Amino acid sequence: MTTAAQTGAAGFLARYEGLKDHLPGARKPWLNALRADAAVHFAARGFPTRRVEQWKYTDLAPVAQASFAEPLTMVDGAIALPVPNAKHRAVFVDGRFRPDLSALEGLAFRAGGLAQDLNAAEGLLGALAKPATEPLAALNTMLFEDGLLLDIPDGVDGGLLELVSIAVDPGRPFAFHPRHLIRLGAGARLTLIETATGRGQCLHNPVFEITVAEGASLTHGRMLQEEVTVFHLSTIYATIAAGGTYDNFTVAAGPRLTRNEIHAALTGPRAACHMNGAQMAADGQHVDTTTSLDHAAPDCASRQTYKTVLAGRSRGVFQGKIHVHRVAQKTDGYQMNQALLLSEEAEIDSKPQLEIYADDVKCSHGATVGALDADSLFYLRSRGIPESQAKAMLVEAFLHEAVETVTDDTLRAALTRALDTWWARQRKTA
Amino acid sequence: MLKIEGLTAEVEGKQILKGIDLEVPTGEVHAIMGPNGSGKSTLSYVLSGREGYEVTGGTATFNGQDILAMEPEERAAAGLFLAFQYPVELPGVGNATFLRTALNAQRKARGESELDAMQFLKLARERMKALAMPEDMLKRGVNVGFSGGEKKRNEILQMALLKPSLAILDETDSGLDIDALKIVADGVNAMRGPGFSALVITHYQRLLDYIVPDRVHVLMGGRIVKSGGPDLAKELEAQGYAAVQAAA
Repeated sequence: MTTAAQTGAAGFLARYEGLKDHLPGARKPWLNALRADAAVHFAARGFPTRRVEQWKYTDLAPVAQASFAEPLTMVDGAIALPVPNAKHRAVFVDGRFRPDLSALEGLAFRAGGLAQDLNAAEGLLGALAKPATEPLAALNTMLFEDGLLLDIPDGVDGGLLELVSIAVDPGRPFAFHPRHLIRLGAGARLTLIETATGRGQCLHNPVFEITVAEGASLTHGRMLQEEVTVFHLSTIYATIAAGGTYDNFTVAAGPRLTRNEIHAALTGPRAACHMNGAQMAADGQHVDTTTSLDHAAPDCASRQTYKTVLAGRSRGVFQGKIHVHRVAQKTDGYQMNQALLLSEEAEIDSKPQLEIYADDVKCSHGATVGALDADSLFYLRSRGIPESQAKAMLVEAFLHEAVETVTDDTLRAALTRALDTWWARQRKTA
Repeated sequence: MLKIEGLTAEVEGKQILKGIDLEVPTGEVHAIMGPNGSGKSTLSYVLSGREGYEVTGGTATFNGQDILAMEPEERAAAGLFLAFQYPVELPGVGNATFLRTALNAQRKARGESELDAMQFLKLARERMKALAMPEDMLKRGVNVGFSGGEKKRNEILQMALLKPSLAILDETDSGLDIDALKIVADGVNAMRGPGFSALVITHYQRLLDYIVPDRVHVLMGGRIVKSGGPDLAKELEAQGYAAVQAAA
C-alpha cells in the first residue's frame, strides 16, 4: 500500500480510484456519473486555499496536508450515545447508519440510511449540491458511503427526530463524508435535532441537500460538539418553496476547526429562512460560519443572527451573503453578527455582503465586535458579584440571547445545554 | 460612618474632585446638591469604585475601613450601595437571577447562608409589593424595556433586598414623575434607622421634600462650598447656585 503516504486531495482521489467499484451504488450509472463528475472537479480544484475568496479567512492547510483514511472497518457493538432529545432518532457511527442504535419505528414517513435505499435517492441526490464550485461538496459526492434519507409526504407532521453522528477514534487519521437528503412535501413539518460528537484525528465532511416544498416547515437544530482534534466541515444546501420555512440554528463548539456553510434559496413567494447560531472557540480553535442566501422570489423574509464568543488565541469568521434577485420585490432581509472577544489574542473576521438587484426591498445588516461591556460589568460588581462571576453571567447572557428566538422548547433546551456545556468547560480552563 | 478627607480625583487626566471633606454619621441622611458638572456623579463613582475614576489624594473610610482600596464587590459586601443615575440594561440576564446572585454573593462574602430560589422569591415579592412593582419585572431581563421610573424602582428594590448600611443615591429623582418619586422616597425612608445612612445626590430640591435630609451640602467646582440643615435646600431652590457661589 502506498496510498497512505499520499496527503490531501491526492490522497482522497487515490482512495476514490481504489474504492469506486465498491462504494454504495457502484452499479448505478446515475450515481457513478455523479461521483465521476465530482472527482473531475475535485481533481481540478483540490482543497480550497486562502486565495479563494470564500476561504480567505479559513485555512484548510491542516486538512489538505494530512493523510486521512476511510473508516474501513465497521465499528460495532455498544457505543455511548448522547442523552436523547427525542423518541425517534437516526444514529450514524463514522458516517454509517446504525439501525441497531436507531429508533425509527412507527414513523409515518421514509427515514433511514441512504446506502440501503439508494433508489429512493435518485433525483434528490445531487439536485442542490454544487460540486463544480465547492470542492468540499465534490469530495463528499465522490466518497460518501451513507447518510440520512428523509422523505416526508405532503401534509405529514413528522414531529421531532434526532440525527446523531458519532465518530469513534480508530487510532489513526480518518475521514467520512455523510450525505444527508431531506425532503418535506407540501405542508409537511419536521423538527430535526442534530448532534455531532466524536474524537480522534478526524475529518467530518457532511453535505445536506434539503428541499422544503410549498407551505412546509423544517426546523433544523445543530450541535457540533466534536472534540478538539476533529475537523468539521459541513455544507448545507436548502431550497424553500412558496410559503415554506427553513429554520436553522447551529451551535458550533468543540472541533479544532468548524466550517458551517449554508446555501439557502427562497424560490417561491412568502418563503422564509431563519439562520441563527452561536459559535465558540478557545485556544487553538477556529470557527467559521458562512452563509449564502438567495432571495429568488418576491415577498420572502430572511433573518440571520449569529453570535461568536472567542477565548484564548482563537479565530472566528462570519461571512454572510444575501443576494436579492431582480424579481424578489418586497424582500425583507436582516442579518446581524455579534462577536464577543474574551481575550486580546482572539480574532474575528466579519464580512457581510449584500447584492440587491430589486428596487423595493428592505435589507439590513449589522455587526458588533467587542469585549465585555465595562458598564455592565461594573453594575454587577457594584451589587457585590465578584468579577469572574459577573463576567460569566454576561457571557452566558450573550449566548442565551442567541437561542431566545428558538420556539421549540425541546430544541431550545438542547441548544442551551450545548452552550452551557461549552461555557462551563471554558470557565474551568480559563 | 462615612468619613471623607481631602479627597481629590481625576477622570481622563482632568481633575474633578478638588478636596472633598465630608462626614456622614451612622443613621443620618445627607444630601449633596450642586449644579451640573460640579462633581456629584464623580464622587459617587469614586466611592463605589468605578474604573476610570482615579483617586489622586485624600482618604475615604467607611466604618473605619479604607474603601478606596477595595474592589467594587468588596465595597458592596461591606454595606455600600450605589443607586445609579442611569441603571444599565442587561439583556439575557433575568432580573430574578441577577437579584438573587447579588444577594447571595454578598451573603456569602459576609459568611451568611445563601437563599434558595423559594426563599428568595418570597422575599423579593414582599419587597416589590411595597414598591408597587409588577411581578413580571422579575422575569424580564435586568432593566430591559423598563421605563425610566421602572428602572429607578428596580434600583430601590435592589437596595431593599441588599440592605446596605450606606446608600448613595445618584440623581435618583431624575426622570421620575411625582408618583414614582413618592414611591422611591418611601422606599428610602423605610430603610432609615440607626443602622442606615444615605448620601442623596440631587440637582433639585424636589426630592428632599420627600426624603428629608439631616444635612445638606453644596458641591461646586469639586469642593463642598457650604453645609447646613434641610433649609439650605430651600434656600438654594429660591436663590440658585450662583448666589451660594457668590457668598462662598
